[in-house]
Amino acid sequence: MSSLFDRLGRVFIRFFEQTGLWFGMLWKTIRWTFRPPFEGREWLRQMVRVGFDSIPVVFLTAMFTGMVLALQTFIGFQRVHAENFVGSVVALAMLRELSPVLVGLMVTGRVGSSIAAEIGTMRVTEQLDALQALATEPVQYLFVPRVIAGILMLPLLVLLGDALGIYGGYLVGVKLMQANPVIYEQNTFQFLHLNDLWSGLIKASFFGLILTLTGCVRGYYTTGGAEGVGRATTNAVVSASLIILLTDFFLTKVLF
Amino acid sequence: MAQEDPAISLQHVHKSFNGRVVLHDMSIDIAQGESVVIVGGSGTGKSVTLKHIIGLLQPDSGHVFVEGQDLCCMKSVEMNRFRRRFGMAFQEGALFDSMSVFENIAFPLRRHTEMTEDQIKLRVRQCLDQVHLEGVEGKRPSELSGGMRRRVGFARAISLQPAILLFDEPTTGLDPVISDVVADLILEMDSKLNVTTVTITHDMKVAFKIADRVAMLYKGQIIESGTPFEFQQSSNPIVQQFIEGRAEGPLTEGD
Repeated sequence: MSSLFDRLGRVFIRFFEQTGLWFGMLWKTIRWTFRPPFEGREWLRQMVRVGFDSIPVVFLTAMFTGMVLALQTFIGFQRVHAENFVGSVVALAMLRELSPVLVGLMVTGRVGSSIAAEIGTMRVTEQLDALQALATEPVQYLFVPRVIAGILMLPLLVLLGDALGIYGGYLVGVKLMQANPVIYEQNTFQFLHLNDLWSGLIKASFFGLILTLTGCVRGYYTTGGAEGVGRATTNAVVSASLIILLTDFFLTKVLF
Repeated sequence: MAQEDPAISLQHVHKSFNGRVVLHDMSIDIAQGESVVIVGGSGTGKSVTLKHIIGLLQPDSGHVFVEGQDLCCMKSVEMNRFRRRFGMAFQEGALFDSMSVFENIAFPLRRHTEMTEDQIKLRVRQCLDQVHLEGVEGKRPSELSGGMRRRVGFARAISLQPAILLFDEPTTGLDPVISDVVADLILEMDSKLNVTTVTITHDMKVAFKIADRVAMLYKGQIIESGTPFEFQQSSNPIVQQFIEGRAEGPLTEGD
């Protein structure tokens, strides 16, 4: 009985430890963001890595999500003769929810994992110690450019995802299901508020912060050689994905 | 004492990790310009000692003074400024593998000096000359042999013209000939650059070759310290066992 409590207690302690660590590192990252020297080149490099290099993944994810969403809604809405509103549903769902979350999760898999592996490898090969020995704060040199890139690039990727998702829905609705293109287009934009767009983009920024910082923190605290790097990578993806899904709910609640 | 402050002074340093005591009341003074080699078995806290000197680790209790300044009271910004006085060469080189050799050596110059690109090129060239390497600037660390990687690590460590050089196991994993080359190199850098050096190793041949003073770390404390000659004459059976590399003796008893 006591061993059960023991284990439960340890899980709780670990959870709070990790949470504390994460926010501690967030605070440190914020402080180091505003201290010179500013790593302009490094910032740019990371933006390309997080943003530009993720375009193919975002392209496929958003396009097919929009397409399948149109297909599914069409089938359902046909039963109640509401086919005309497929466009509205696709646009609303993509902008408010699907594009931010799916792009967030896909980029976590692509970028969050590679950040954790990269920094984790630097840890186990003493490159992080070497950075410090060369009078360079790893948080400033490694964390800040990545986190900034995440915060700035994710909204842009989500914007792209929004457009592609809506376009994918249009293709299926008009070309496959023979909907009237004019009505479909009208309905797509008629019921949209600017809010829908904003809330998605704000979410995206938060997700960008979460996935990059989690990758950095997991990598930074890697222990135990190659196996440790593997563990850090997995952990980064799993915990960032979970945090993204949890935050998504609360952000939606707060943002309307 | 009327003498000048020691360059490095560890005073009653305690350090433990997860309840395992690594340094236990460890004290050592290292004078300006001195070349000290700290020897000891694996896991006796040699690397931990070195990391205390450069402030990568903080003692649980006790003090680390470098050039009269207590490292424990420094803020991270101050600490970073202070670290420019150090050069540290890591065990496997710890070169940044996302950069070329040139960029590795130029890294501290670009960050911490106002040098122009031409001056940086010149300085990198000088540093590589110092470690007798040429034509490797464009290579990636992964394309270099173990000995070369270490030498590039040395070059990077001296690029900011530090007052204190630290070597972490400079010859571990190298063949005897290359080990000797590396030891010669350390000697040469020591005399040419006029710096204080601290080297940790378990290679006694290297230790006797480069040291002004050899100190032995055992169970978290310095148990013997003296010139290479004195050290060899030590009556401490632990030291004798270590020098001779015997499997039987007080060092291995009770393990």
